[in-house]
Amino acid sequence: MLEVAKLRCERDDRVLFSNLSIQLSPGELLQIEGCNGAGKTTLLRVLAGLSGDYRGQVIWRGQKLSRVYADFRLSTFYFGHKPAVKTELTPVENILWRSSLRNESYSEQSVFSALEHVNLAGYEDIPCGQLSAGQHRRVALADLSLSTTPLWILDEPFTAIDVDGVAWLEQRLAQHISEGGAVVMTSHQSLSKLSDRVRKLRLEAFSAVDEETGHEESEAWL
Amino acid sequence: MSVASLNGGRAFLDLVKRDLVLAFRTPGQTLNPVAFYLMVASLFPLGIAPEKALLSQLAGGIVWIGALLAVLLSLDSLFRSDQEDGSLDQLLLSPHPLPLLVLAKISAHWLTTGVALIVMAPLLALMLHLPTQAFPALLLSLLLGTPLMSLAGGIGAALTVRVQRGGILLTLLSLPLYIPVLIFGTGAVQTAVEGLSYSGHLLWMAALLMLGLCLAPLAIAASLRIVADG
Repeated sequence: MLEVAKLRCERDDRVLFSNLSIQLSPGELLQIEGCNGAGKTTLLRVLAGLSGDYRGQVIWRGQKLSRVYADFRLSTFYFGHKPAVKTELTPVENILWRSSLRNESYSEQSVFSALEHVNLAGYEDIPCGQLSAGQHRRVALADLSLSTTPLWILDEPFTAIDVDGVAWLEQRLAQHISEGGAVVMTSHQSLSKLSDRVRKLRLEAFSAVDEETGHEESEAWL
Repeated sequence: MSVASLNGGRAFLDLVKRDLVLAFRTPGQTLNPVAFYLMVASLFPLGIAPEKALLSQLAGGIVWIGALLAVLLSLDSLFRSDQEDGSLDQLLLSPHPLPLLVLAKISAHWLTTGVALIVMAPLLALMLHLPTQAFPALLLSLLLGTPLMSLAGGIGAALTVRVQRGGILLTLLSLPLYIPVLIFGTGAVQTAVEGLSYSGHLLWMAALLMLGLCLAPLAIAASLRIVADG
């Protein structure tokens, strides 16, 4: 589905990762770990097509990403570390504009039930400015849970989410994978329910290790 | 899902609607440029001289400069709030063409700022003793000029969206683009005051507006992509 070949990324003369190769197939979850500043968010932004400042190749369904952006964007849900929730709008309005941008349309009924699943029942008509940071993320997660896009790119989806929410999200991720979707996410959370389906990629300072192959995929540095 | 099933029209209308609702729910922010417009225009009689003969000569230019500064003031928030809450990334990752979405944002900006300035203009013109035969020229030139200022200013707003306190930089980037608009706008009003035909000025502004409508969304979209990539 999504393939990365010999990816190399530098920021401010610092090499974040190099010679990084990933293959993601339907039904897989790739969890990217690494300390702060290791380049997790940068990698996700490259994968989502937000950043073009890299060397190497990102391939979507067999073709170079830059050639098939429209198809790629129709098939992708990006959850950034800022939740993209407008504080002046209600949760329902937020979900509707977000989905409209992704060319998806949900019925009002399904939006209400998704908000109920993320414990926001009763908050549907309250401007998000009156909700907490965790609730903002829950609004975005409700949008995620409705999305039918096959590839989910999630940047720290568990941040500011309570224990119940974490369990719910894990269960939703499991469902997405079992339906043939794929997930790339950064998180330090150990996904207990999904342990057999998770592949882990550890970004370390100046190197990347794919734990499945155990290969140290890094070059020598001066 | 095939690319052919993209419904760009719906995305355009939904985004315009969203931005109008946002403007409606933050009336303070929306009305600030209009209040500023009123203040600037009322400073001139105080600062120069409240003489009718002098003011009626200057009125067209004052109303136009006031409108220009008010648009500049409102531009800073055009993309900034979207950048701050992460909505800009959603815009950039949309399968819809980015210039289309940008045009939606510019349209909403014009509907909330430009239209308010046009509605206020006759009031200010009366206050400044603009001869009545020049009113149609003033309103028509503003009708063509304010969307052009939203479009041209959007380029500066997009380039400075990640700059902390980029207001001054935005002004420096946008003002040169506003010079032709100002020349033709005040030119139209001035010729109307003298009782001549001002259609030439308006046609020039209409031509510039068409150019802006075609090119500015592309330039803004490219700027946003460059700025997001960092």
